[in-house]
Amino acid sequence: MQDGFVGRSVPRREGHDKVTGATAYVDDLSLPGMWHGVTVRSPVARARLLGVELGEGVPWHEFAIVGPDDLPGPNVVKLIDTDQPLLAADEIRHCDEPVLLLAHPDRAMAERGRAAVRLRLEPLPAVTSLDDALRGDVVVWGRDNVFREYRTAKGDVDAALADPDVVVVEGVYETGAQEQMYIEPQGMIAQFDAERGVTVRGSLQCPYYVHAALVALFQLPPQQVRVIQTATGGGFGGKEEYPSVIAAHAAVLARKAGHPVKLIYDRVEDVRATTKRHPSRTHHRTAVRRDGTLVAMDIDFIIDGGAYLTLSPVVLSRGAIHSAGPYRCEHVRIRARAIATSHPPHGAFRGFGAPQSVFALERHLDVIAARLGLDPAALRRKNLLQPGEQTAVGQVVREPIALDRVLDRALALSHWHERRAAHEAFNRSTDGPLRRGIGVATFMHGAGFTGAGEVHLASVAQVQAERDGTLTVLAASTEIGQGTNTVFAQIVADAAGLPLSRVRVGQPDTAVVPDSGPTVASRTTMVVGTLLRRATASLRQTLRDAGLLPAGTGPVDPEVFTQAVARYLADHEQLRGEARYEPPPGIAWDEKAFRGDAYASYAWAAYVADVTVDLRTAEVRVDDFVAVQEVGRVVNPVLAAGQIEGGVAQAIGWALFEQVVYRDGRVANPQMTNYIIPTAVDTPPIRVEFMPPFLGDDAPSKGIGELPMDGPAPAILAAVQHATGAVPTAIPMLPEQLAQVLQEAQS
Amino acid sequence: MIDIELVVNGRSQRVHAHPLARLLDVLREQLGLCGTKEGCGEGECGACSVLIDDVLVNACLVPVGQCEGSRVDTIEGIGADPRVAALQRAFVDVGGAQCGICTPGMIVAASALVRTRPRATPAEIRTALAGNLCRCTGYVRIVDAVAQACGAGESEGGA
Repeated sequence: MQDGFVGRSVPRREGHDKVTGATAYVDDLSLPGMWHGVTVRSPVARARLLGVELGEGVPWHEFAIVGPDDLPGPNVVKLIDTDQPLLAADEIRHCDEPVLLLAHPDRAMAERGRAAVRLRLEPLPAVTSLDDALRGDVVVWGRDNVFREYRTAKGDVDAALADPDVVVVEGVYETGAQEQMYIEPQGMIAQFDAERGVTVRGSLQCPYYVHAALVALFQLPPQQVRVIQTATGGGFGGKEEYPSVIAAHAAVLARKAGHPVKLIYDRVEDVRATTKRHPSRTHHRTAVRRDGTLVAMDIDFIIDGGAYLTLSPVVLSRGAIHSAGPYRCEHVRIRARAIATSHPPHGAFRGFGAPQSVFALERHLDVIAARLGLDPAALRRKNLLQPGEQTAVGQVVREPIALDRVLDRALALSHWHERRAAHEAFNRSTDGPLRRGIGVATFMHGAGFTGAGEVHLASVAQVQAERDGTLTVLAASTEIGQGTNTVFAQIVADAAGLPLSRVRVGQPDTAVVPDSGPTVASRTTMVVGTLLRRATASLRQTLRDAGLLPAGTGPVDPEVFTQAVARYLADHEQLRGEARYEPPPGIAWDEKAFRGDAYASYAWAAYVADVTVDLRTAEVRVDDFVAVQEVGRVVNPVLAAGQIEGGVAQAIGWALFEQVVYRDGRVANPQMTNYIIPTAVDTPPIRVEFMPPFLGDDAPSKGIGELPMDGPAPAILAAVQHATGAVPTAIPMLPEQLAQVLQEAQS
Repeated sequence: MIDIELVVNGRSQRVHAHPLARLLDVLREQLGLCGTKEGCGEGECGACSVLIDDVLVNACLVPVGQCEGSRVDTIEGIGADPRVAALQRAFVDVGGAQCGICTPGMIVAASALVRTRPRATPAEIRTALAGNLCRCTGYVRIVDAVAQACGAGESEGGA
């Protein structure tokens, strides 16, 4: 459909409200009689909780106070496991764990109350590093501090590593925690009514996750729990699972207070208490021929899950699957473990484990290239997956991929060969403090839930025709900045053959929309967008079957459509099209063997970073960045490029600026003053290009949200290596850390 | 508590507040102007950017007592200037706003530039916006939008 809206950069639907300040976020809302909630938290990483004392000088009788005994149901945050309590009851397992909830009509008084609560604690030994957790002297989870372990293998890795004709290269690569640092802190407003049940509205990605958590806590029928997403000021995964905790806290306070309760985190509380990207450590041992052919990969991937299991097994799984990259290799063994520590639980953050393992592999390839004296781009090209070949977990790539073309395009746009030579000449001849370098990363990112996840979700989306002939999109997918509203309208308008103005996309409200699954895993456009197209087609079919609309899938005269809907609704209560997820044929994942079709589709990319390193200050400046990817059909080029640019900037932050400092298990830098995200002067021009789809112009769209998080960090560190000759193996690589790496390289 | 008179978006207002109350809270809670956002509460993120007598400030750092007799312009009012309205349109067209939470502050900060420095270069725009954090866009399209509104038409690249 060449004349449709898909493929065009139609403006963001809610754009006008956002640029005029009219958009209302949760903290902009106020309900009559609303109180303000606060959370009392643990100041230590691990302790026995002996008691809670309410200090003097506070009118406690004016407060609603909720402890673990005041909950209406199980003291559990409903996720994969049931190990995490909503409020710590006997044992504190991480710093800033919630212990007691307070609400008061006056916000300042609520804060006074929080400051006056004293926790009686008996300290217990904490585990504040991966090494401590692995040593196991102190066990904080299960028998061995291991939340989950996956193993998968193909070929004979040990024999291949022992082959005298190969070079074996070994390396250890580490990544730090990363704070999502959405500019809107987390928050919820809850109402409780004994007859009508619970209503919460707030900043969140996944309405039905919050819904499930509240149904479990309040033990109410699902229709008595209502979750409404308010305009959400960024999520990046940070508002995937944690909002369930805040919603539950606000709701139990509202029940106790008999008033609506607003619970908004300030920045310090948000950074300290909510989830971050999992820190990781990856050990690679690789057998490679002298010409650069990869023969065997032995990979040990570890992530720090924090104090509770939360979503760590799924993060681990995605990280493990991506750990061998888009490369051909006959012998591969992967061992992946999520480890328990006394850190606040790490959680979802754009990329979900893949950026960590991709960083390690791409860094390792540069180490191999240096060892063999090969151009890093040439080494990658030699090993890129071809159509019909298998990934590390045995998935056969059915698509006619041409990752070499993606790489070629990135090299051409970045003038790789010329700049590489020019930088080397400059570095050889200069007497000054500046060094220049260029680095590349090639990678893939699987979109949608891992393995059988989408089948289990069984997502549903609907389209409803209104009497005025407009269509309303009914989906639980949230607009969090990425463009859901706009993209959905484009897809539905085209499927209906109607103008864009005839399609409405409302704010998700579980009282109105079906469960389309969570807004995560780059799945919204790819999975839910496809459901909406099918739902719209089904609605059209209903009108055709009723003899009210002519056959065909092309444009429809809006007046004809309006009349058809009006006639249909004269005899029927409503007109809806619905679609439920169906897996693509021939897709199978074996969770036990950890093998098979891990994702229904992959996006493919090659990124190039060009940097300057100042040897005096050890500062790295990214001068230019090229991001080339194949993502199937691009629904909205401006929004899609915006996703890539934003992801690249976040990854630049992860690589060079953003260090979460844990001191005794507590975040020591929970402010924007001391946790530094990139500003406009820290980010380069980011040159984004989408390749023509491998499957042609009518190719389905793939997920893109997480993809740009994977490539930048290794490309930047590769460029630093090219510039300086030193081999940085860990991020974040702040000047302090790079200075040390440079010093070690000299001695 | 004191009475403070100030001119907000061209209208005279009298507010009754503690002199050390943050201008941000007075705007949001007493005057109902919620377009000014709080991202950090310590002057780092710029989401609460407003103009006081045409000077760009972070409203979270300004005690309202200092605003006696001042003109305060917020996102709700600055679009009355056609150059700022053009800037707002450019943000929508070019893709300068994603989640939108930093956008009001970003536009207030850029409005000063649009008014005073037509044909600002991308480097000047980046420097002028360095006090406003955005976590969504990578700044590329924000810079493009401001450049477009400045009439420079100069782009740094992108799709």
